[in-house]
Amino acid sequence: MYPIRKVEQLNNEVTRMEIVAPQVSAKIKPGQFIMLRIDEYGERIPLTMNDCNPDAGTVTIVFQAVGATTKRLRHLKAGDCLLDFAGPLGRPTGLEGAARVAVIGGGLGTAIAYPQAKWLYDQGAEVDVITGFRSRELIILESEIAAHSTRQIIMTDDGSNGNKGLVTEALRRRIEEGAGYDLVLAVGPLIMMKFVCLLTKEHGIRTLVSMNPLMIDGTGMCGGCRVKVDGAYRHACVDGPDFDGHLVDFDDAMSRSKLYQSFEAEAAGHECLIGRD
Amino acid sequence: MPELPAGQRIDSFDEVALGYAFEDAMNEANRCIHCPTEPCADGCPVGVPISAFVAKVAEGDFAQAYALVKGTNSLPAICGRVCPQETQCEGRCTRGKKGDPVAIGHLERFVADWAFAHPEEAAQPLLPLCKEKRVAIVGSGPASLTCASELVKQGVLVTVFEALHLAGGVLSYGIPEFRLPKGLVAHEIDGLKKKGVKFELNSFIGRLYSIEELRESQGFDAVFIGTGAGSPVYLGIEGEGLNGVMAASELLTRVNLMKAYEFPRYATPVYAGRHCVVVGGGNVAMDAARTARRLGAEVTVVYRRTEAEMPARAEEVHHAKEEGISFQMLANPTRVLGNSEGWACGLECVRMELGEPDESGRRSPVEVEGSTFVIDIDMMVVAIGSRVNPLIAQTTPGLEVSPRGLVVVDGESCATSIPGVYAGGDVTQGSATVILAMGAGKRAAAGILAYLGHH
Repeated sequence: MYPIRKVEQLNNEVTRMEIVAPQVSAKIKPGQFIMLRIDEYGERIPLTMNDCNPDAGTVTIVFQAVGATTKRLRHLKAGDCLLDFAGPLGRPTGLEGAARVAVIGGGLGTAIAYPQAKWLYDQGAEVDVITGFRSRELIILESEIAAHSTRQIIMTDDGSNGNKGLVTEALRRRIEEGAGYDLVLAVGPLIMMKFVCLLTKEHGIRTLVSMNPLMIDGTGMCGGCRVKVDGAYRHACVDGPDFDGHLVDFDDAMSRSKLYQSFEAEAAGHECLIGRD
Repeated sequence: MPELPAGQRIDSFDEVALGYAFEDAMNEANRCIHCPTEPCADGCPVGVPISAFVAKVAEGDFAQAYALVKGTNSLPAICGRVCPQETQCEGRCTRGKKGDPVAIGHLERFVADWAFAHPEEAAQPLLPLCKEKRVAIVGSGPASLTCASELVKQGVLVTVFEALHLAGGVLSYGIPEFRLPKGLVAHEIDGLKKKGVKFELNSFIGRLYSIEELRESQGFDAVFIGTGAGSPVYLGIEGEGLNGVMAASELLTRVNLMKAYEFPRYATPVYAGRHCVVVGGGNVAMDAARTARRLGAEVTVVYRRTEAEMPARAEEVHHAKEEGISFQMLANPTRVLGNSEGWACGLECVRMELGEPDESGRRSPVEVEGSTFVIDIDMMVVAIGSRVNPLIAQTTPGLEVSPRGLVVVDGESCATSIPGVYAGGDVTQGSATVILAMGAGKRAAAGILAYLGHH
């Protein structure tokens, strides 16, 4: 069992949770993920690490209540336990050697982009973090990112923070201003990562994206997480989750991401019955 | 052996074979003529004393029969169900030369099931554990469980590291409930725990600890790698990424490990179409086909050779046919056709004919020109084999692997290229049977005991 140490609502949709898992905490690196299962009846869901504190033996995850499992997860409290918490899984992001980096976070992706920015910044790299949200109320991790970046640019779809536009517009502006990036990291919705990659390809900037497809085991066994990269299917769980964004087939990934949508509705409808039988 | 009627089976995941009553078992055991040369025992990869245990069953001394089986086979309830007896013990049975061989597998299952139902009478003495030697076992499938069982019998402290939340490997995630009830697997694993074997779940070796770290910082004296061959293989044809197309391992993991057949009580869903094609001819293909059938699909198995070349057990093919699964032999998929929403809607195949025998001795199939045809589908399961997950090899410097990624071992001791590190089962031989993996686990345990200087 893995006790939950702290639960915090970052906004109406997004929750930050600190889990006690000393072995995982001692090992996990930016870009790697964990798989958790709430209880005996639960799904295994992958969540990429947001932060870790090896001294306290904790791993921090940030999630949005979108699926049946994350909707249940957000109702757990400090002191409750998760039945399973396996990690680290996946490869750490290949950040070594990058000196001028743009880290792009779209919505919840910001939570996963944060540890990469932090690691790079702590290594002495110049790090611009560009994040995008639907509106001002949904902005997350602003102070954390401010403490671990050279520059933070926050965009909103509705302009409610006074900075209307997409992350790609901010990125384009920075590139044109001569930011001279040698690496761009993009974490967020597939459509966002696709357009970031189209832009960086134009400018010949190496770009890594963090893929978040369906997974069941997370250890290279089921093949559910296959992502088309450079014309061949790779397993995001063991070969990724980060890939060279210029080689990822985002249209294929978007089509595959719809596979289990109809089940989510059914599972959500069942949610209210859990624990009553 | 009595079976669940086919009509009842396709609506449930209950076990198909129902087991012997006492009299049935004793009558069957009495058919054994106890050949002095015991050809049956030569066919057993773990060396079960078949004639002796069958004699005890005939006498009605089931406790003694169980003790004899369990002394050599750590997982008899499992082997009695999933071993290919027809090519092993029963394939060499003298009675089989004229008529049916003695049903050794059914008898093995009978004594194991009897023991589960009579735990006090079947109890085995617990041996003291010596605290000096510690062995780490990576993976918890049949090779690992056997290795653990043999080591703990000799008093060695054993810790099994399993990546998933449930131990058992392929016994838990791969073989369906209707062929191998998961309660039995859990029972065997509980037995090992009682003997002192420690299970560390959620521990993916290669990421959490490397093999080297297990020996250095974690302080294990030796390591056994029994991680199997669980990485799916695809056909490599156009359209394989379409929705509705999955590897057998995805279907089976969802259903067996995550119990998706009880969705939404269990939260993991499984997509099941109405017209499913399963590609492949092995036991995994039969498991996938029979699983898809139980989820409500009409199922066709597409195989590129003929039934005679199918690697699946005859019993599995027979059960599949009884359950209404149809077979398209001598057909090879060439392309998956998709609709505008990204879902598979057809499988284009080409007719094959058998040519000359290939290196495996099977006649290799050759395409018949201009024979393309399309099967309407909304679900497709690829069950054409699996390969070894490369993670252990990638993270273990000095570990010799073959060009196919198999860990290279000494055939007798199962020693790898690294002193103190042993391996066995599918990770060294490619996808094979439970019993061959168990045989390797047993040899590896002997190799490890010799390495540790244990007497």
